[in-house]
Amino acid sequence: MKLQEFHAKSLLRAAGLPVPPWSVATTPAEVRQQASDYLRDGAGRVVVKAQVLVGGRGKAGGVKLAASADEAEAVGRAILGMDIKGITVRRVLVAPAADIVSEFYLAATLDRAAQRILVMGSAEGGVEIEQVAAQRPEAIVRVHAHPLLGLFDFQARELAFALGLGGTHLRSAVALAKGLVACLLANDADLVEVNPLAIVRERAPDGTEGLALQCLDAKVTLDDSGLPRHPDLAALRDLDEEDPTDAAARAEGLSFIKLAGNIGCMVNGAGLAMTTMDLVQRAGGQPANFLDIGGGARADKVAAAMRLILADPNVQAILVNIFGGITRGDEVARGLIEARGQQSREVPMVVRIVGTNAREAAAILEAAAFETASSLDDAAEKAVAAARRATAA
Amino acid sequence: MSILVGRETRLLVQGITGREGEFHARQMQAYGTDIVAGMTPGKGGQRALDGSVPVFDTVAQAVAETGANTAISFVPAPGAPDSILEDLAAGIRTIVCITEGIPALDMLRVMPLVEAAGARLIGPNCPGLTSPGRAKVGIIPPSIHRQGRVGLVSRSGTLTYEVVQAMTDAGIGQSTCVGIGGDPIVGSSFIDILGHFRDDEETEAVVLIGEIGGDAEERAAAWAAEHLAHKPMVAFIAGRTAPEGKRMGHAGAIISGGTGTAAGKVAALEAAGIRVAESPTQIPRLLQEAGVRPD
Repeated sequence: MKLQEFHAKSLLRAAGLPVPPWSVATTPAEVRQQASDYLRDGAGRVVVKAQVLVGGRGKAGGVKLAASADEAEAVGRAILGMDIKGITVRRVLVAPAADIVSEFYLAATLDRAAQRILVMGSAEGGVEIEQVAAQRPEAIVRVHAHPLLGLFDFQARELAFALGLGGTHLRSAVALAKGLVACLLANDADLVEVNPLAIVRERAPDGTEGLALQCLDAKVTLDDSGLPRHPDLAALRDLDEEDPTDAAARAEGLSFIKLAGNIGCMVNGAGLAMTTMDLVQRAGGQPANFLDIGGGARADKVAAAMRLILADPNVQAILVNIFGGITRGDEVARGLIEARGQQSREVPMVVRIVGTNAREAAAILEAAAFETASSLDDAAEKAVAAARRATAA
Repeated sequence: MSILVGRETRLLVQGITGREGEFHARQMQAYGTDIVAGMTPGKGGQRALDGSVPVFDTVAQAVAETGANTAISFVPAPGAPDSILEDLAAGIRTIVCITEGIPALDMLRVMPLVEAAGARLIGPNCPGLTSPGRAKVGIIPPSIHRQGRVGLVSRSGTLTYEVVQAMTDAGIGQSTCVGIGGDPIVGSSFIDILGHFRDDEETEAVVLIGEIGGDAEERAAAWAAEHLAHKPMVAFIAGRTAPEGKRMGHAGAIISGGTGTAAGKVAALEAAGIRVAESPTQIPRLLQEAGVRPD
């Protein structure tokens, strides 16, 4: 689960990391009020940032600077309500604009292959790390942290020296790198990313200037499997940015992802669900969704899955592919009949049920006059043909 | 021979008195697996599976009294990592964890201890493994197998069943079928299992079933090119149509930052000389073209 920037910054600050002040506004008037407070306290300019989970908000015009309260309000009005990749901006983060001297990248993440926590740093901050990794992999410094003890001081020092953060910044760079790992461990995160981490020019109340390391942006992704033991974090899920179907699926205990095609898929098991989508495309169609009904699904769950699929107006045919192990084929067949009875509109359905109780399922499906298929390839082809007929009609 | 489990397996079932554990223990026993003990804390002294299996409070007791040498865990996610640690402490060195939903950091903490003990962990979030005709330690439906000489390793559950069924229908039997699990951190990698298949004289060819996310398939391809060239290998990768940035059911099945795509995996496998099927139903034919004869 991805967190919004302002939630991510709260977690960083709770882990003791240096994050400059920020506030969250939902109306242009609030943006104005918050901006004028920062400007009064000595900020030269403020930055207003759209709070959305999709990437590329800067390019989309969702991040703007303002030098006065009037300008901040106008910028706030422009960004709030803006559409970024299909997401309506409902909140903005307002913060004093930093006087940046240099930018870095620093992140802690799960290294699947090495089965360690990977800390990655780069002196080329502020740009996409994937871009750096592709063009100049030598510019990225990597260190593995211990899963129980976190990052050791000497590792953090090595990282800091490699990034050119020795000298006056060494102490704070070490604390930062260790804090990033601590933040990941404390929250069951699988990514804690600061980009940019920046050396900024700060003016103390007495007018003297100094340089400090600050986390100017934050990205945190949580491990969904860890959420049950972090109810406070689970509550931060942003339902506004989810397709309503995704939330409905979660409530039913189904794994559902909406896609752009017109052939609805209902499958048991994630690998088989992906394969079914792939075979639909191979047969010349486009899948409308990924849907795994899980192991041991009963008739009512099957009916709920069918409602989710039909909620998508693009769906013109449905492919049901069940390989019964724990899941019993006759249960699924009964669920399909129940679902068809409640169905809001007529959509052709192709059903393939093999494995546990497949024979009983076949009898039920035949009596109810469902179109059935024997092999996976056959099922995909029949579903694509059914969708074509429905489109033509 | 088969790998990891066989006639010598003396199985302990952790969580045998739970709904899932009981159901699958019964199926494993019916297949002929030697289930010597069950374990549920607080239910020691009871008997499970119609009185045929003694239940113990601790793994140590179960091992001391029955000589269990392999464990399978159906313990729910909050207690599953501990169930693995208890196996290690009691000297069990082959452990299968079926449980789904274990936080990745828990597995990150368990794995160094598994390695230090020299144990082999399969899973979590996996269907377990079956050596057809000898032992089933997991939840793979028993009816789909045929005993034979092709080893299979997969990150998936039902997709594995699909492939095994297609092989059996074509008369191609299996030596051992291993589901390594769909989580980002799993006990055994493709390479670990391929190593066992390399050393197993009965296994003449190998099928690898991968999916999007991570780079386990790419690593396996590079390893196989170097160490498994003498045994024909066929692969299938699920998720060619999966969008970037979305977790496709399995916690580990996610394309992020352009890495973990099906296209990248297919290319890596083909570069290693491994034929990749476009549909699971093609696998038996590709195996035969690689020289595998139906049994």
